[in-house]
Amino acid sequence: MPNASDHVTELIVFTTLFAIVSGLGFVAARWRRAESLDHLDEWGLGGRNFGGWITWFLLGGDLYTAYTFVAVPALVFASGAIGFYAVPYTIIMYPIVFMVMTRLWSVSYRHGYVTPADFVRGRFGSPTLALLVAITGIVATMPYIALQLIGIEAVLKVMGVHGHLPIIIAFLILAVYTYNSGLRAPALIAFVKDTLIYLVIIVAVIVIPYKLGGWGFIFGSAEQALAQTNPKTGLPRGSILLNANNQLQYITLALGSALALFLYPHSLTSVLAAKNRDTIRKNMSALPAYTFLLGLIALLGYMALAAGIKPVTSGGKADTNTIVPQLFDQMFPNWFAGVAYAAIAIGALVPASIMSIAAANLFTRNIYKEYLRKDASARQEASVSKLTSLVVKIGAVAVILFLDPQFAIDLQLIGGVLILQTLPAVAIGVFTRWLHPWALSTGLVAGLAVGIGMLYQIPNPNNGKAHFGGSAYKLALAGFDSDKQIYVGFVALLVNLVVVVVLTAVLRSAGAPQGVDATAADDYEADRGTADATV
Amino acid sequence: MPNRSHWYWLLLVPIVIPLSTPLFNSKTPELFGFPLFYWLQLAFVLLGVGCTAVVHLKTKREG
Repeated sequence: MPNASDHVTELIVFTTLFAIVSGLGFVAARWRRAESLDHLDEWGLGGRNFGGWITWFLLGGDLYTAYTFVAVPALVFASGAIGFYAVPYTIIMYPIVFMVMTRLWSVSYRHGYVTPADFVRGRFGSPTLALLVAITGIVATMPYIALQLIGIEAVLKVMGVHGHLPIIIAFLILAVYTYNSGLRAPALIAFVKDTLIYLVIIVAVIVIPYKLGGWGFIFGSAEQALAQTNPKTGLPRGSILLNANNQLQYITLALGSALALFLYPHSLTSVLAAKNRDTIRKNMSALPAYTFLLGLIALLGYMALAAGIKPVTSGGKADTNTIVPQLFDQMFPNWFAGVAYAAIAIGALVPASIMSIAAANLFTRNIYKEYLRKDASARQEASVSKLTSLVVKIGAVAVILFLDPQFAIDLQLIGGVLILQTLPAVAIGVFTRWLHPWALSTGLVAGLAVGIGMLYQIPNPNNGKAHFGGSAYKLALAGFDSDKQIYVGFVALLVNLVVVVVLTAVLRSAGAPQGVDATAADDYEADRGTADATV
Repeated sequence: MPNRSHWYWLLLVPIVIPLSTPLFNSKTPELFGFPLFYWLQLAFVLLGVGCTAVVHLKTKREG
């Protein structure tokens, strides 16, 4: 187990950078100053006025989280090619977002929507459907925030810092400056985060292959290491190529994850903060720069295999999330390893902050204002959201402190499957009103049930768990004579879509009442600066 | 607008190609020591950038 006294330089660099960023978080309240932050458009969306560069950093900082940076190479380290799904996943996401999110931005701008559930409420006139979308959003986001803590914890473990106190302090600071500055804080911090991450990774992919003996050697030794038999399954640990059984999983996992990621409420938060349609459209060509970076980060998993890195074990369990920090510890001089650790930890703060804002906005707009206090003023909305963002973060820390961190990982796995079920209402809803709100509600619930049911059936031979052992569903579990695997979320979404379409056809032919559509066709093309903008 | 909207179909290219695993599930040809599986998928980033950029420019509103 690493010892803190061997990592003094790293700890000093890490703490200094962390302190600078925390300072920025507080200063951010005055950045691009608004008259007052007592309005959700200001506190929660940074004034809806971010230009191309800020949006690039903000969305990059929001979508590519610290957990991604830690977990993707860990998966590549443990299983090989399947972990590289992160690359197609984050390529195909942008053309999809291009189509869906620009329309969602326009209609939200015209009507002052802050959350995906706001849009669903307006589009389908159904408070029930909006509530389902809001609850799904909150439930899916909470464990995602908790996971960011695991990213920080992986770094601290390698520096020999144990116990939960540092994480509590870090999150406390995060909670206070998010309360104080709103979305401006992560937007400003994202500049530092991404600059550091780019710097660290560019250095890593030059220095580490040079030290190890080239890319050919890295892939060769990774192949050998993955070919070793896993004693728990009797099969090879993995492979640097896909095999006959995991290709379908690779495809459905990439597609399902791409659809899920932009449906997460925090993605919409960053998109809505953009000042106009052009800002979003241009960013869809600029954001894949992060995907390239993520691909290189994924390959750190193979570098760790080639370098013979062993994950930190605590309590008898090897934590593969520590392999990237371990690799940096071995390959970099101490001060630069400190910079790299800071990059990962700061990388956790940006998305955690945006996610808590998004979850808080869902609560305020779609539960508090809808059900508890219909006449809430803009000022009350903002203060409820600010308080809720604190509660959300305390909840995330509590999950890590009082429950097994593994529980947060399981929950996030489920969360991805859950949020995908809002696709028909949110993403198809921006194109057509044909789907019936009752059918959408039923489909959403059916998708949730099927998804959770399937995840429950999946065991994990590596840690001996009987349920919720991953998202790769063996078709044999459903009685098919096949060893092929498929991503659970994808199947659940298909079920959801079939239910929605069939039920809509039935309800329409029976003449069931539709609810009122508060949006008009041209709302979906509206832009800032055009005469039709009303906000 | 209607006569330009056909450009949006181009967005299907960077969705379909990166999901077609038989295209790239191979070690050879290698590039700088990278097996095909890795360098080609990284190259698809450029495909995505190119296609979305073209669609953006071709469907941009005048004025």
